[in-house]
Amino acid sequence: MSDTIAPVARAGAKGTYFDWKSWLFWLIMAIWSIPLLWLMSMSVRYNEDILTVFEIIPSRISFRGYIEFFSEPQWYGALINSLTYTTMNMVLSVAVALPAAYAFSRFTFSGDKHLFFWLLTNRMAPAAVFLLPFFQMYQALGLFDTTYAVALAHMLFNVPLAVWILEGFMSGVPRQLDEMAEIDGYSFPRFFLTVFVPMIRAGIGVTAFFAFMFSWVELLIAKTLTGPQAMPLAVQMSTTSTAAGLDWALLSAAGVIAIIPGVIVIWFVRNYIAKGFALGRV
Amino acid sequence: MNTKKKNNKAWFLVLPVVLVVAFTAIIPLMTVANYSVQDILSPDNRIFVGLEFFRQIATDPAIVAAFQRNLVFSTQILAIEIPLGIMIAKLMPRRGWKAAAALVIVAIPLIIPWNVVGTTWRVFARPDVGLLGVTMNQFRPFDIGNTPADAWFTMVLMDVWHWTPLVALLVYAGLRAIPDAYYQAASIDGASAVSVFRFVELPKLRRVLMIALLLRFMDSFMIYAEPYILTGGGPGTATEVMSILLAVIAVIQFDLGKAAAFSLIYFLIIQIFSFIFFTILTLDERPGATKRAEKKALAAQASAGKADAAPKTGVTNE
Repeated sequence: MSDTIAPVARAGAKGTYFDWKSWLFWLIMAIWSIPLLWLMSMSVRYNEDILTVFEIIPSRISFRGYIEFFSEPQWYGALINSLTYTTMNMVLSVAVALPAAYAFSRFTFSGDKHLFFWLLTNRMAPAAVFLLPFFQMYQALGLFDTTYAVALAHMLFNVPLAVWILEGFMSGVPRQLDEMAEIDGYSFPRFFLTVFVPMIRAGIGVTAFFAFMFSWVELLIAKTLTGPQAMPLAVQMSTTSTAAGLDWALLSAAGVIAIIPGVIVIWFVRNYIAKGFALGRV
Repeated sequence: MNTKKKNNKAWFLVLPVVLVVAFTAIIPLMTVANYSVQDILSPDNRIFVGLEFFRQIATDPAIVAAFQRNLVFSTQILAIEIPLGIMIAKLMPRRGWKAAAALVIVAIPLIIPWNVVGTTWRVFARPDVGLLGVTMNQFRPFDIGNTPADAWFTMVLMDVWHWTPLVALLVYAGLRAIPDAYYQAASIDGASAVSVFRFVELPKLRRVLMIALLLRFMDSFMIYAEPYILTGGGPGTATEVMSILLAVIAVIQFDLGKAAAFSLIYFLIIQIFSFIFFTILTLDERPGATKRAEKKALAAQASAGKADAAPKTGVTNE
């Protein structure tokens, strides 16, 4: 047939050719980083410069945004609020989604397909739909302006996503494993927690990252359900307008700080992501 | 292996999810449905108006135009983000610290709060002080505040920058799950890069691609904060998507009944499209399709260079 060597074989032979793939990748990443570098540069510039002077490398630098962020309680408090509900949401979403995903991947039961799609539909509701009812409901429950309210409300879109992704991973684990464990006398909870869960930890890592990410960046629901007490970072950011307009530098500094927890989460789950989906049903 | 056990006790495992989601979704949804059919003048003065609000929404030219904009937007970003995401995933380094660094860099746009994304791009695209605006200005006059096409271009570019990483991450994870043996088998038989992709990788990626496609469709159809901050829907109505109109009706005009009816229609549209995608993409998983899928797989393996010599996807237990 063809006399070209398959790309994998080529990739296996080290150093004998120009590694265009790697160059192309880092070139794309360099372009991709431009808006990010722009954000970082905005965070150390003076407000009056940002909207009047075009410069790629700032001619004068100020860390006022960062200093203000860490010296004012409403800013670092907002960071802590965001971290609190995001973590709560991440842990709860994965915890309830695990058994459900197991059920969907292992059994058929009355109404399973409909239930699965119904779960997904909750990921499809524009947040604006839920704002007013959420506000009323959480106020009636006395949870308004607490991090619990946001953690709970964000489960609306994170639980279906978690079930969906985890189900994909679980379907990749052969069912014989479950049967063997049963023959060996494992009880279901013991099998699930000591054998099965460790086996799909790659999936749990990916799911946790997505749950963290979507909860971390969500704005509308978090804004509706919180007041001054539990105000999250993303909402605190939208309050920076003053008589002189937006406080661009402070906002950008907060934006840069907001990236850090996410980077830490990715760093922890990087090996899991790289290990990937065990794609089932082959 | 291929048949799942029938077991209605599985409902107990699903129960926590059903309870949580029902609590967070069903009660509010019923409230919305309730609002959508009555005109609330004051807490004790409500008039039942039936489907009047739905009729108003469906015939409102501004909303119909916004709906079309949403459709065009979602189509464009899917057409760019899915292939680009696959490409980036295929180029990403696979081992060592480079792989870790690549993962972090690729994922960063995803974890920036949406209003910060909007704010960054708002300055970034300014023709006088923003890098993108100034660069574009070298080629031709560029002004997102006054030229509809420029505003639209920036909105699409921003979304591509922001969300292609999601596709890339999912596809990367999917690619990493394909056992090396498949590639080895393909390379022994001299399969070209294109046929390796077409017959080895693509079938294995179907599931992650479905997740990526559906997620991107839903989210792009609901997009709000980024375009709202970037352009506020302008210039004129050039970037006015449905969610911006919904926010105007619900929050500024505070017309609850109309907003509720709009929400339900919005919700329904996304559901219908997602259902269509979902059905098409899971067609092969249905019982009747097994035979067809097997035949297709056999043909695929034959041309991919007898990938059937490779072991089945095993347990990834390391």
